Amino acid sequence: MFSIFNTKSFKDFHDHYIFWIKIFFLSLVIFGLIVSLFLSPSDYLQGDTVRIMYVHVPASWLALQTYAAMSVCCFVTLIFKIRIFTIIAKSIAPIGFTFSLISLFTGSIWGQPTWGTFWTWDARLTSMLILVIFYILYILSWKVISKFYLAEKLSSIISLIGLANLPVIKYSVDWWNTLHQPATIKLMESSTIHSSMLTPLIIMFIAFLSFAVIIFLIRFKLESLNMKINSNK
Amino acid sequence: MNIHIKKRLYVLLVSVVTFLIVGKFIYDSLVKSSIYFFSPTELRNITEIPNGKIRIGGMVKKGTLKKISNKYTFVITDYENEITVNYMGIKPNLFVEGQGAVVEGKLETRINLTASKILAKHDENYMPKEVADALKSTGDWKKKYGK
Repeated sequence: MFSIFNTKSFKDFHDHYIFWIKIFFLSLVIFGLIVSLFLSPSDYLQGDTVRIMYVHVPASWLALQTYAAMSVCCFVTLIFKIRIFTIIAKSIAPIGFTFSLISLFTGSIWGQPTWGTFWTWDARLTSMLILVIFYILYILSWKVISKFYLAEKLSSIISLIGLANLPVIKYSVDWWNTLHQPATIKLMESSTIHSSMLTPLIIMFIAFLSFAVIIFLIRFKLESLNMKINSNK
Repeated sequence: MNIHIKKRLYVLLVSVVTFLIVGKFIYDSLVKSSIYFFSPTELRNITEIPNGKIRIGGMVKKGTLKKISNKYTFVITDYENEITVNYMGIKPNLFVEGQGAVVEGKLETRINLTASKILAKHDENYMPKEVADALKSTGDWKKKYGK
């Protein structure tokens, strides 16, 4: 069942395709930035400030999705004790952490001109900050705990506890009165964004996603080598 | 299935259930206590007027925003109840009539508030100006967004 998940296949994939994924990412991000910063129209209400969205929204999506992926890997680690999932979770944690920081940072830059404040303790912003704290806890638990098996176990438990925060972030704008506006792009209903602005958003999302894949492949190779060195000690 | 895996699954299941029950209680208390802002109608229904700072959110009623030197007065409405707000200071760019806003300040009476901070709220609709103008001129704007 888990036969495709072996360290070698990931490393082979890295060695064979990393160059092409980098080319794909670079061309896409240049194209996406040109479209979103220059070609896409400015918003009827917010003007050019809306362009922050093309970085803020993909970063936020990826921060959440990375956390979900990390938690799934941690679940498999805890229950089935398959080492490779530990390596995957450990390699993607900093990626999600960075994206969540980008999300908070661009969000506060966006908040200042539109809302009139950099930060406010509404439900969406607070729950996003909690996500950042869980990322920090996860990464720190690997750094602080020197015993490998203990670190593996504790970090996985931390990650699974933090999983409860994900639906809170997603639905915070519906459950509470928040300053943050409700979701624009919905799974079930039609989106409330004009297609000329949706297209650059999707392009930027795919660009960010391919960036995440690049960093994951590099980090995975590094972490698996690290683990080999440590186990030989 | 391996007996160890089964055991670990049980432990995890039990802890998830416990966690969910605890979470439910935390959620219930959070929903009550961590209200970011009240709407004018919610404010009408609470029994005692809070003494400290309070946040009220709603729409800035059209035609009510007045400026005298650097003092603003306007009406926050949720289309049922209204609250008059006095504010002195700088207003955010997006704070315009007909858009959402959150005001923070002290409640003088049940329908009068002196704000120390105003925040503009924008909705989840994004579109180019031309599209917005076209929608407004054909009258589809009201149908879609009800303003």
